[in-house]
Amino acid sequence: MNADDLTALRLTIALAGITTVLLLLIGTPIAWWLARTRSRLQPVLAAVVAMPLVLPPTVLGFYLLLLLGPHGAVGRLMGALGLGTLAFSFGGLVVASIVYSLPFVVQPLQAAFSSVGEAALEAAATLRAGPWDRFASVAVPLAAPGFLAAVVLGFAHVVGEFGIVLMIGGDIPGATRVLSVAIYDRVEAMDYAGAGRLAIGLLVFSFVVLLTMNWLGAAGATLLGRAVRR
Amino acid sequence: MNAASPIQARVALRYPAFELDVDLQLPAGGVSALFGPSGSGKTTCLRCFAGLERGSQGRIVVDGEPWQDSATGRFVPPHRRPFGFVFQDARLFPHLTVRGNLRYAVLRAVGPTRIDFDEAVQLLDLGDLLERHTDRLSGGERQRCAIARALLTRPRLLLLDEPLAALDEARKAELLPYLERLRDALSIPMIYVSHSMREVARLADHLVLLERGRVQASGAVSDITARTDLAFSDDDQAGVVLLAHCAAHDAEFDLTQVQFEGGALWLPRVACPIGQALRVRVAASDVSLTLEPPRATSILNVLAATVTARRDDSRGRSLIQLDLRGTRLLARVTRRSATLLGLRVGQAVFAQIKGAAVLR
Repeated sequence: MNADDLTALRLTIALAGITTVLLLLIGTPIAWWLARTRSRLQPVLAAVVAMPLVLPPTVLGFYLLLLLGPHGAVGRLMGALGLGTLAFSFGGLVVASIVYSLPFVVQPLQAAFSSVGEAALEAAATLRAGPWDRFASVAVPLAAPGFLAAVVLGFAHVVGEFGIVLMIGGDIPGATRVLSVAIYDRVEAMDYAGAGRLAIGLLVFSFVVLLTMNWLGAAGATLLGRAVRR
Repeated sequence: MNAASPIQARVALRYPAFELDVDLQLPAGGVSALFGPSGSGKTTCLRCFAGLERGSQGRIVVDGEPWQDSATGRFVPPHRRPFGFVFQDARLFPHLTVRGNLRYAVLRAVGPTRIDFDEAVQLLDLGDLLERHTDRLSGGERQRCAIARALLTRPRLLLLDEPLAALDEARKAELLPYLERLRDALSIPMIYVSHSMREVARLADHLVLLERGRVQASGAVSDITARTDLAFSDDDQAGVVLLAHCAAHDAEFDLTQVQFEGGALWLPRVACPIGQALRVRVAASDVSLTLEPPRATSILNVLAATVTARRDDSRGRSLIQLDLRGTRLLARVTRRSATLLGLRVGQAVFAQIKGAAVLR
């Protein structure tokens, strides 16, 4: 690995890490609402959250570029606050990654919250637990496998994104050139050896992630269940 | 019971296929049973007490504290109402051990303690189960854990939703003594939902009969079980529950005398200390009537009584309600016999009681 590879790797990990943390913070209340509400708007929000699953990343990137660019609504607001533009920056990449990977965090959480069920939460209420207490002491531990799945899937999906990075981040070493873009660069420069090194790394990474997910499906759930038991 | 009744609930709740509309006044102590067939609204009623039915309208007052009053818009959320709830399916937290489940309640309990952790563990025999995961418990053990957990919230009212319904007969028999212990050892009023007359006869002091979301009858268990005009009066199992006590033992003939208000019965020997409270159930089919005092009979218990009600059914039977100086009994005779004896209200008769079951 050369210095450029390392920079790209560090950047990728930073992007995926920061995005995953932010996604958990944003995705948890959304997933909770989606799992628990009886509102007629539920299918609408569920569809919006799932959009990135079917939209080409270029479409998403295009709209985000319009929004975040110097003439977009967010871009102008940022400019007025003296914060500079988000387009073609690491910050912009984080925003784009959050939008793009939202379903990968929300959906496992939503499924997990749904499986917690009303019965356990009612029982907690009869034991004097208020709404926040019920969430923290019953819903979260019972949904723990869902949280783990959300973290793994969210992180892996950010590592794997490409189109949206090119659209919103470009290819700036140290700022927006993540591994997937770096591979593209190498191939364009006919550096097949360099591309291959990074490619095999991502290949192994993806395999490990999927293996972990399968493992979580069975043994992981019980192991995790035991870990949170007192 | 009057307006100053310690537990009052006037609740209405409308669902598309079901309507609950009840007005309950329950005593401050002992077990009040909500009894009725499935779909009669007993569980829904209990959930209204707990505040788990948000759509309910009405007024619930416990111990002078309004838990809900639609007139003023007051609705105390479940976690702020001082009750303990035992669900039919126990609802233990699967991510916690038995100890963890009990501690969950202890950590959140407010108000004066009536029973501490060790006492609850002892009362429900959970000592050997504390470190167990809840998925390794039998049905009876799960319910015992759920009951202890509910007690540890320091409840001022204990709500039990058919806690035995999910258990087989052997487990039921195993758990019933715990519920009796609970009733006798703690001064926490209990509302007990059940569709089993057997459980009600053993546990309840006060009985509310529900049908299709309405109260059909409400009163002391010995009064309600002696009525001739209720849904279960036509039942072959009709019988009166007497609150009695152990009065004497006859060692020679292996008999025990139980005494109740207005009379006494000799029964095959019951192991009980003199003075101990006993519940005795006299089935209507075990009582026969004569107009003259029988002079030579194998029947031990012959009591003078007055007919207070008679109801004939369409199956050739008559249900006769008797008064024994304050205590009511039921007798099931054929309509032919009732007519031949000329049984009518006010008639003096002798009740021959062939047998009675001590409930425990």
